Amino acid sequence: MKSAVVLLPGLNRDRDMIAALTKISGKPPVTVWQTDTEIPDVDLIAIPGGFSFGDYLRCGAIAARMPVMRAVAEKAAKGVAVIGVCNGFQILVEAGLLPGALMRNTSLKFVCRQIKLEVTNANTMFTRRYQPGQIIRSPVAHHDGNYFADAETLARLEGEGQVVFRYAEGTNPNGSINDIAGIINEQGNVLGLMPHPENLIEAAHGGSDGRALFEGALGIAA
Amino acid sequence: MIKARITVTLKNGVLDPQGKAIEHALSGMGFGGVGAVRQGKVFDVELAESDKAKAEADLKAMCDKLLANTVIENYAVEIA
Repeated sequence: MKSAVVLLPGLNRDRDMIAALTKISGKPPVTVWQTDTEIPDVDLIAIPGGFSFGDYLRCGAIAARMPVMRAVAEKAAKGVAVIGVCNGFQILVEAGLLPGALMRNTSLKFVCRQIKLEVTNANTMFTRRYQPGQIIRSPVAHHDGNYFADAETLARLEGEGQVVFRYAEGTNPNGSINDIAGIINEQGNVLGLMPHPENLIEAAHGGSDGRALFEGALGIAA
Repeated sequence: MIKARITVTLKNGVLDPQGKAIEHALSGMGFGGVGAVRQGKVFDVELAESDKAKAEADLKAMCDKLLANTVIENYAVEIA
């Protein structure tokens, strides 16, 4: 099972993502740089977290206009699985691969803690190893994770099961509308989420709740 | 050369936590009668173009493609 990790200046969780994918898939992911116009044949493309381009203009706005994101969009259109975590989610939204926008946390504070997630749709390639309604733990670390979409988009997301993860049990850290933590595109192959499942994949992390997400996306037996 | 000012503001109905914090700070400083405060961005752009209509079209394209996120923001282009 092959994977790729997108590298952009200012990302800082790329090594975590590379370590997680290496441990889970058994081989290191290929890395692609912002100026690359082609991505090798892989089963999963991951866009890690961080502060690409210093969060200038809007989080993810400049990264979303880099050549590599056109290559990601082409792969996504062909059905390749794409996951964006934290800044990666912001980049996917800015690139128009996912609907809505991620705004400043309502608290105006950077949040860095563990929260609980409810798997609201376990019928996706990313969540098939979880049970519907299962509560999992995940770290979050962000300043702009407050998901917003207009009423029409929100109704469509909710109606089509595109809300995949919700902050559970009063742990919404950022004021996201409907407690939305992660959404998937209509085709079901592009997932964006603010929490960091790659930081909870082994005993050394204090738990492995996030591991099943990557196992599902890569089609690896648990 | 054309000089333009682009103003980007949040759409009505989009929550603006930063504007809210500024609003509270102003009231806390003793400025009476402060109503809603909404925060936005201003871009001053110089453009090597003499045709005003062409410049306006280009500036609007810049807003749609990068300077504004039209999911949550409106923009206005003003040519000096």
